[in-house]
Amino acid sequence: MDISDFYETFFEEADELLGDMERHLLDLDVDDPDPEQLNAIFRAAHSIKGGAGTFGFLVLQETTHILENLLDHTRRGELTLRRDIVDTFLEAKDMLHDQLDAYRNGAEPDPEAFERICRTLKQLALDELGKSMGSDASAGAAATASTAAAPASDPEPAPRADKSSAPAAGGDASSGTGKGETRLQVALLKVGEKDRQLLVEELEQLGEVASQSGDEQRYVVEMTTTVSRDDIEAVMCFIIEPDQLEVTTLGEAAGTAAQEVPAQAAAPAEPQAPAQPEAQPAKSPSAQPEAAPPAREDKSGKAKAAPKGNKAKSGGESSSIRVPVDKVDQIINLVGELIITQAMLDQTASEIDGVTHSALHNGLNLLKRNARDLQESVMSIRMMPMDYVFSRFPRLVRDLAAKLDKDIELVTEGKSTELDKSLIERIIDPLTHLVRNSLDHGIESPDVREAAGKSRTGRLTLSAQHQGGNILIEVIDDGAGLSREKILAKAHNNGLNVSDTMSDDEVWQLIFAPGFSTAEQVSDVSGRGVGMDVVKRNIQAMGGHVEIMSRPGEGTTTRIVLPLTLAILDGMSIKVGEEVFILPLGAVLESLQPSREDLYSMAGDDLLLKVRDEYLPVIALHQVLDVADARTEITECIVVIVQGEGRRYALVVDDLIGQQQVVVKNLETNYRKVPGISAATILGDGSVALILDIVDLHRLSRRKSNSRAAVTTSSIQEVHPS
Amino acid sequence: MTSVTQNPTSADKAQAAIDAHSQEFLVFSLGDEEYAVDILKVQEIRGYENVTRIANAPAFIKGVTNLRGVIVPIVDLRIKFNLDNVEYGGQTVVIVVNVADRIVGIVVDGVSDVMTLTPEQIKPAPEFGVTLSSDYLSGLGSLEDRMLVLVDIDKLLTSEEMALVDGAAEK
Repeated sequence: MDISDFYETFFEEADELLGDMERHLLDLDVDDPDPEQLNAIFRAAHSIKGGAGTFGFLVLQETTHILENLLDHTRRGELTLRRDIVDTFLEAKDMLHDQLDAYRNGAEPDPEAFERICRTLKQLALDELGKSMGSDASAGAAATASTAAAPASDPEPAPRADKSSAPAAGGDASSGTGKGETRLQVALLKVGEKDRQLLVEELEQLGEVASQSGDEQRYVVEMTTTVSRDDIEAVMCFIIEPDQLEVTTLGEAAGTAAQEVPAQAAAPAEPQAPAQPEAQPAKSPSAQPEAAPPAREDKSGKAKAAPKGNKAKSGGESSSIRVPVDKVDQIINLVGELIITQAMLDQTASEIDGVTHSALHNGLNLLKRNARDLQESVMSIRMMPMDYVFSRFPRLVRDLAAKLDKDIELVTEGKSTELDKSLIERIIDPLTHLVRNSLDHGIESPDVREAAGKSRTGRLTLSAQHQGGNILIEVIDDGAGLSREKILAKAHNNGLNVSDTMSDDEVWQLIFAPGFSTAEQVSDVSGRGVGMDVVKRNIQAMGGHVEIMSRPGEGTTTRIVLPLTLAILDGMSIKVGEEVFILPLGAVLESLQPSREDLYSMAGDDLLLKVRDEYLPVIALHQVLDVADARTEITECIVVIVQGEGRRYALVVDDLIGQQQVVVKNLETNYRKVPGISAATILGDGSVALILDIVDLHRLSRRKSNSRAAVTTSSIQEVHPS
Repeated sequence: MTSVTQNPTSADKAQAAIDAHSQEFLVFSLGDEEYAVDILKVQEIRGYENVTRIANAPAFIKGVTNLRGVIVPIVDLRIKFNLDNVEYGGQTVVIVVNVADRIVGIVVDGVSDVMTLTPEQIKPAPEFGVTLSSDYLSGLGSLEDRMLVLVDIDKLLTSEEMALVDGAAEK
């Protein structure tokens, strides 16, 4: 087995981790960050880094490494969070996502973007940590100065500090110079040319580089600096691993060999370090600051151990498994088969005497119940909570609100509402579009809101709920609402057929027309007029529809109504001749038996049916689908009034059989698209029934009657009212 | 074959050569004619039953059927090849084949046997044929007094005139 077989697992895992990271970053209270959250963010970065390392995704590893270091400082409280820092982290997260995508597509990530984000992060580290380090250093210097003074009264602590902690040694040495300047020898082990240049540049910023020499294996830089060696290590470690670095204090020009404690020596000594603060404060309160650097080192020791512990923990806690969707679909198929077999058995058993075979009947009833339960459980595997969609919006809203200079509060409701996986993935784009629209056009700027007597903060609500076999997803804003006048004027300009007497609902539907935007200004957020029609098309393709409710000054609600799953359809089975078809129940308005006087002919061939003051075109299913042996006398048939894409017509069928849920099977898997048919299903007796496509059927009928118009037929005469 | 460690007998060698180049075919009949398809394309053989007609499809597409939860189109090659006496009875069988990632059932009058043909037994298809273009034939198999029409089922079923695949002509 090749390691690349595990790539996909890593990508999925990393995707999830990045998602977690973003969620935590967004939730983070900047002023009072929750340590648990900071830890979680850090852990996510760490895990990605680990995986990237394993699979040899070097750029990804490098980026996460730098980010991880920063996060480590953050969670240890050394880096004070600010909003812009969180923004930088989010940006880094996006970058990681891009890199991940690049690797997923078998490409190398964009090196420029990588350079840029590394630079940003490193700059952030320098700015923030450098500052705090600077203060640390001066505090350290002050502290050492005081400890230097301390030996006068108490000679014990200083040598102890010397033994256990290298920084103290550095401090001691610096105390010798009097100005807090130290001479350090920084040795870089096995560092590549590019990184080395970068490191030397950074060192130059931290102090004065006296000399540099060496090769890739060991490159030695001697420098004079006011920054403590601890801080130098910290900065360097953003680029290289700690064990690639050796910092040695040379002390003054006449630095003694005895004082040269290699940095590495400090590491094993760490466990002793915590003892120091206890020993020293007792003696001199002013010496306390010195405790900080060693304590930090101690924590970094822990930091390395902690993620491992967490990893082990999360491994044990795992309560889910990853399964390819096609495996689940296969189970769903098999269960569907089981249900059909069960229905067949049921039918056969119903002909057997119930008294003498009661055990058989009981068994079959049990089988029936179990089979239904099984079907329900299997279907639920494909269901995913709406949170999967909603969780991407806090970020989007936050970024957009900042860009648009608006205050927006996002509320999500019904996150646990479940929806079929295939639908949930396809709902993301339309929903994103609606949210962008609401933010850009719906919610006003704070000043306008205030003038209108509303709170400065706009509110955007995303909600999801079940209603029957449908899911309702709503995007609600409390913005300005749609302007009837503007829409009508724009529609008029676009050459759409409108009138002032149209109902609000009809006016709102206009914004779904292609190329429609009333935005006064096209922004990069929205307003180009592509979109709403795409939104509508996408949702219709999923078997759903969009409704808009709007009140001037109070806001707009866009409601998406979707079937819970594409795999099951509520259908009405109908019969024409000997053939059975399924009509999607959602398209059926009513059914009736037409009487002769309600039928009118038009232009000879076309037939219209008058239903409550409305003339509907009549389409005979047996003509469109060439069904033999169908009833031809229309008054003996049943007419089903159907609606699709806003078009209504009367469909002539022989009989209604009943309402039933059917499992939708794709026809195109092994065959091809059939005009007038959307899919197929399997009936209780194991035979195949075709599911009618209301919209396409209308189109097909037009095409047929056009071609028929050329030929005079006698069969139509029979249908004709005389 | 140069670095074979074990030296097989010449008889074995000859047999291996035949196995390597000969193909197995499933022989079926359409009227009085005998046809054959590569057996590796055949998934199963089943009876002809429960076929749901598809409107506005060519006559040789009988419709679709339920093959253990999968909707499979059924093609009647007898109609396609303009044979007389197209009847559906107990002997009528459907050969379910796998072509181009699709499953298609073809109706034939009967399945006779499985034959192994050596390359010598496969003759090139003649350059004629109005109903069945020689494009869809991989050759003619000659077996003593029998002639098998070797159908390239992939090419035939994915061809435009079969109208089984999207993008093919409407009718």
